[in-house]
Amino acid sequence: MVNSVTNMRMEVKNLNFYYGRNLALKNINMGIENNKVTAVIGPSGCGKSTFIRILNRMNDIIIGSRVEGEILLDGDNIYAPQVDVVDIRRKIGMVFQKSNPFPKSIFDNIAYGLKINGISNKTEITDRVEMSLKNSALWEEVRDRLDDNAFELSGGQQQRLCIARALAIEPEVILFDEPCSALDPISTAKIEELINQLKERYTIAIVTHNMQQAARISDYTGFFLLGELIEFDKTEKIFTNPSQKQTEDYITGRFG
Amino acid sequence: MIINMNARKWREIKQQIGFMAVQLAAVIIFIILGILLYFIFSRGITVISWDFLTKMPEKGMTAGGIFPAILGSFYLTIGAILFALPLGILAAIYMTEYATQGKIIRIIRIGISNLASVPSIVFGLFGLALFVNYLKFGVSILSGSLTLGIMILPVIIRSSEEALLLVPNGFREASLALGATKWQTIYKIVLPNAIGGIITGAILGVGRVAGETAPILFTAATFYIRKLPNSIFSEVMALPYHIYALMTEGSHPKEQKAIAYGASLVLIIMVLGINLLAIFIRNHYRRKKKW
Repeated sequence: MVNSVTNMRMEVKNLNFYYGRNLALKNINMGIENNKVTAVIGPSGCGKSTFIRILNRMNDIIIGSRVEGEILLDGDNIYAPQVDVVDIRRKIGMVFQKSNPFPKSIFDNIAYGLKINGISNKTEITDRVEMSLKNSALWEEVRDRLDDNAFELSGGQQQRLCIARALAIEPEVILFDEPCSALDPISTAKIEELINQLKERYTIAIVTHNMQQAARISDYTGFFLLGELIEFDKTEKIFTNPSQKQTEDYITGRFG
Repeated sequence: MIINMNARKWREIKQQIGFMAVQLAAVIIFIILGILLYFIFSRGITVISWDFLTKMPEKGMTAGGIFPAILGSFYLTIGAILFALPLGILAAIYMTEYATQGKIIRIIRIGISNLASVPSIVFGLFGLALFVNYLKFGVSILSGSLTLGIMILPVIIRSSEEALLLVPNGFREASLALGATKWQTIYKIVLPNAIGGIITGAILGVGRVAGETAPILFTAATFYIRKLPNSIFSEVMALPYHIYALMTEGSHPKEQKAIAYGASLVLIIMVLGINLLAIFIRNHYRRKKKW
C-alpha cells in the first residue's frame, strides 16, 4: 500500500497503539507524501483521531498509552529515546477539532508560539504574526483589531487563527484533526481552500468525518475501520475504484 | 380528565411547598446574620474611635486602644499567607498537572481533606511542639504564622486544584502542540487562567486565619505587651485572643466587656472586608474570562 507514495515525508511502520491493554490501532503501515494532503477517513471510533495524534506525539500525555513500531519524519524515528518530544511538536504542528485559541488577544495568540520558541525580537514577532495571518487568509478580517480577544472572533475565524498560530512557528508537517466538524459550510469552504494553498509549502495530514471533504481536498486517502487501516491509496483510486469491499461499502454510504 | 386536573393541582401545591421551604431557609439565615451583626454593632460601636484603633491599651486594659492587637492579627495573617500560598499553589500544580492520577494521589487527597477537619486547637498544640519548642522559634509571630499557614493549607490546595482543573484542556493541548514544554504551558497558559480562582480561595482562607484563636494561643499570642513587636521572633497581641482575655481575666469586667465588643466589631469588619475583596477579585476575573 505504501508503494503508491513516491516522496515520503513521514512514514508509519508496523504501528500498534494501546490504551492500557486495549489494542486501539493494529499494525498500521502508510506513508505521508511531501507537499500533498493525506486524508484519514473512517466511521466514529475507528481510531483515526488516535492515529493522527500519534504523529506528533500528542498521545504521550495519555496515561497508560503505549506505542509500538516506528513513525519516521525524514527518515528518523520520532519515538526514538533520544528524541525531544517538544522539538517534534514544533516540527509537526496540529489544528484541533474544537478551535482552541488562548484567552488572549489575536496578536498574542500567534506571538505565544514564537516567544516560547525563543523569538524575542519585536519586529520579527510583528512580521511573523502578520505573515501567518496572511497565510491563513485571516489578515484582511482582523488587521484592525489585533488587540481584540480571540474569543470575539466567529468559530470559523477562530479556527483560522489556530491555523495561523500553527503556521507561525514554521512547522514541516501540519496535522488537522477534523478541523471543520464544528463549522458552517462557508467557513468550511474557506478552510478547505486554505488547506489547498498550504500544501504548496507544507505536508498535510487531515482526519475527516466527511468523505466529500476528503475527496475534494486530499491527494491520498487512508480508510480506517476498527483500528485497522483497510486501504490506503491515491484519493482518486479510493473513491472511484477501491480494492477492498469494506472501503466501497463505506464510501457508498452503506455504513458509517 | 378530572383525575388529570387533580394531579395537576397537587403538583402545583407541591411546587408551592417546595418553594416556600427554600425561601424560608434563606430568610432564617438572613435574620440570624442580621441579629448577629446588629448585636455586635450596637454594643461595639460605642467604644470605637480613632484613638481606640490607634492607641496602646491603658490602665490594665480597662481603657485606651487595641492597636497592638490589630497590628498583631495583621502580621500573623500576612505571615500565614506568605507561607501557605506559594506552598499550596505549588502542591496543587503538582497534584493536578504532574502527578500520575492513581492510588498515591488519592491517598494524598484524602490526607489533605482530613487535615482540613482537624480541630484548630490541635494545630495549636502541634505548632507549640514543633515551632515553639523543637525548632526554638519561641512564642512568636513566626511560630504563629507557620501554624496558621499549615491550618489553611488544605483550603488553599483545594481551591487552587479546583481553579486549575477549570482551565480547559484544549488550552494545554494547543500550547503543547506549539512546542511548549510542560512548564511553559503551566506557567504561561494554565496559571494565568486559574489565578482568579486561586486568589479567591486564598483570600477566603485569610478571612478564616484572621479570626482563629486556638492555633495562636500557645504559639504567638500574648495577653499584653508594652511595646510593639520589632521582629518575627516577637510575641504579639491578636484580636481574637485579646477578646478572650478581656472577657475572662482582669478585675474590671464592665469596662473590659465594652472594649471586647469594640474589638469584636473591628475583627468582624476586618474579616468581612477581606471577603468582600475576594468577591471583587473573583468578579474581576469572571468578567475577563471568555470561554
